[in-house]
Amino acid sequence: MKNLPLLFLGIFFCIAFSWTGIVLSSHVQLGALEPATEQYVNPNTGDAITGVMASVEKEDGSSIQVEGVPAPGETLHPQAPVGLAQQGKQVYISLGCMYCHSQQVRHEGFGNDIARNWGLRGSVARDYVLQDRVLLGTMRTGPDLAAVGNRLFDAAGRDWHHSHLWDPTITSPGSLMPSFRFLYEVRPVGSKPDKLVVNIPNGHPSAPPPGYEVVPTAEGEALVEYLLSLRVDYSLPEAQLPE
Amino acid sequence: MSALSTAFTKALNPYKGRGESEQIQLAVIDRSMRGPALLFLISAVLWLLAGTVFALMAAIKSHTPEFMAESAFWTFGRVRSAHLNAMIYGWSNNVIFAVGLWLMARLCRAPIRHGGLLYAAGVFWNIAVTVGIYGILAGDMTSVEWIEMPPNVVPLLTLSYALIAVWGIVSFRYRRGEHVYVSQWYILGALFWFPWLYFVSQTMIIFAPARGVIQPITNWWFAHNVLGLWMTPMGLAAAYYLIPKVLGKPIHSYYLSILGFWSLALFYNWAGVHHLIGGPIPVWLQTAGIVGSVMMVIPVIVTAVNHHLTVVGEHSAVWKSPTLRFVVFGAMSYTLVSLIGSTMSLRDVNEITHFTHFTVGHAHHGVYAFFTMIMFGAIYFMLPRLIYREWPSATLIRIHFWCCAIGIGVMLVGLHVGGWIQGMQLNAVTEDGVPVYTFLEVMQNTRPWLMSRSFSGILLTIGHLAFAINFAWILLRVQPGPEASGPTLLQGESVGGGK
Ligand code: HEC
Repeated sequence: MKNLPLLFLGIFFCIAFSWTGIVLSSHVQLGALEPATEQYVNPNTGDAITGVMASVEKEDGSSIQVEGVPAPGETLHPQAPVGLAQQGKQVYISLGCMYCHSQQVRHEGFGNDIARNWGLRGSVARDYVLQDRVLLGTMRTGPDLAAVGNRLFDAAGRDWHHSHLWDPTITSPGSLMPSFRFLYEVRPVGSKPDKLVVNIPNGHPSAPPPGYEVVPTAEGEALVEYLLSLRVDYSLPEAQLPE
Repeated sequence: MSALSTAFTKALNPYKGRGESEQIQLAVIDRSMRGPALLFLISAVLWLLAGTVFALMAAIKSHTPEFMAESAFWTFGRVRSAHLNAMIYGWSNNVIFAVGLWLMARLCRAPIRHGGLLYAAGVFWNIAVTVGIYGILAGDMTSVEWIEMPPNVVPLLTLSYALIAVWGIVSFRYRRGEHVYVSQWYILGALFWFPWLYFVSQTMIIFAPARGVIQPITNWWFAHNVLGLWMTPMGLAAAYYLIPKVLGKPIHSYYLSILGFWSLALFYNWAGVHHLIGGPIPVWLQTAGIVGSVMMVIPVIVTAVNHHLTVVGEHSAVWKSPTLRFVVFGAMSYTLVSLIGSTMSLRDVNEITHFTHFTVGHAHHGVYAFFTMIMFGAIYFMLPRLIYREWPSATLIRIHFWCCAIGIGVMLVGLHVGGWIQGMQLNAVTEDGVPVYTFLEVMQNTRPWLMSRSFSGILLTIGHLAFAINFAWILLRVQPGPEASGPTLLQGESVGGGK
């Protein structure tokens, strides 16, 4: 090969090809994806449809497929993350939880995710459209967390998370997850301001000395709010919850 | 074509008709690269050591989570990312800059002019990586795989990269002689591909984030291609140069090397999406990734055959030369790791291996057993020619080789077997569709395998220390080398093989 321009063109073409094919075309396909209602309606008739595409009659009697539209007045999903949970996501990012926890549920029939109760349904692209950084992850040293809010929620879930982050062996004996106790503060019982006190069983090796209690720092609180916010309990036109 | 191919073979064979003037030419080129190459090599070795320390910490944490769990600075997620970035941007990129630019200059018979800029760029690059890795540990990590360093170091990295890569292109532009050897294509391709990958991924994930899952798609297009279009071509370029060079015979087939290059360039590009099989991305894209991965069998087999037929019958030479011992180990690993990789992309296999330690093992198979081993071999060849001194200790080289070869072997077995078991147990269900093993059971069962990785880490550390000691020793040796005692170009037999 003596022809430098040709060599260079080939080199250029190869990467341009995959960039167009992988990055650009997925941008074309998914770049305009919006939150949706649980079911779409036919844009002409207003009738509910199954799936994303609706069949619309044209004047000459033939019919074409068009995309359905959200049902008027119903809630759109997914919803934008808010406030404290959003700050908690920063903590999650900065501590690298993602390197042990994925956030994507594989569909029924591929892997065992649904049977493990990691989600009610498989994840779809639309679930992620409002996330500023998408943390699908590729490792499951720990369980998938895409829908951890489905299994750990409300006050009980909050308590569980705090005990677990303070010392994972409290809730999960033998856990290989590291302790995140630097997200907590040990202080004399009854200090101000009032805060949720982390539940640590008496006699557990990580229990504070008598007269002391463990409370979350602002980062710890935010992180747990984020975990509680990870709920996928809604249907989408292309991904219905099982009956 | 056959005239071309004969001419090519002649140009390629470094021994045919090599007169003194050519030796002088090479010496001039080597000297022009000496300073910058030393800067990159020293940085590379330091990063290798730093990366090894991070690796050991992360490995121990993975089975003993209490280890150094007191502060956020040393938490697992950050340390393993510091390890990865130290190894990729610190060790690999520095060694690529040294070996790649030196090979390019030699093959183009064009000394590097104005090397001073290269020093500056090298210093900036290493400052940026240092700041970036500190940023990861201090809490500015992005949690985007393979680009964890905080965004504020990106401009400096990009600028220094541009200043470094341009020398490869400049050498190529001012090359002497008609013929372009396959190593030059690989280096030229890689120098061009890397910035494109890096720029697109930084832009579409960090600076102007694309919507939803386009981010991870871009991320894996990038991350897999850093291996496939940056480290792999550079590793292959070195292998294609060193194997014939040390053996003193031409590469087996010119045509196979063309085929290998273009099929790699075309197919590797597409393989990255296989990291998202089963994920929330379009199915056609997953299929495209699988096709690309499976098609990789072509370049891999072609390259393997070409290397094998070059080496065949020369096994004792391979064994005697430190350079070739490492390079051939790496080249064989390339074949194996790529074939395993193609298999892993098949849906049925991926269903098991995805999300497990199997993938982690696979990554080390590629970046370590293939790429890093070849680069060790390249350094053993290159350094004596840059500074006119021989490696002081053959024993240290042997320790280096055996610790690394056995160490990586233990790690690969541990993570592949452990990861496979992990995947099988995660997926196992009873007839009623209930998981057979609880998550905690599966997790516990990975522990012995993770401990075997820490053990392998100790071996690798010993190997790296032996290498680093030899490296420091050859640099600091005070006794006058042959340089002072006579015509430096006609040294006697060297450990590394030919000139
Ligand atoms: C070294 C790997 C590792 C890291 C890093 C890690 N985890 Fe875990 N995580 C695990 C393992 C293993 C389990 C399962 C055992 C257990 O429950 O502790 C787990 C379990 C969990 C669970 C319970 C999920 C369930 O459904 O039972 C949550 C929630 C969790 N981790 C959150 C986090 C958060 C938040 C972070 C980051 C601050 C984090 N993890 C970092 C390994 C890790």
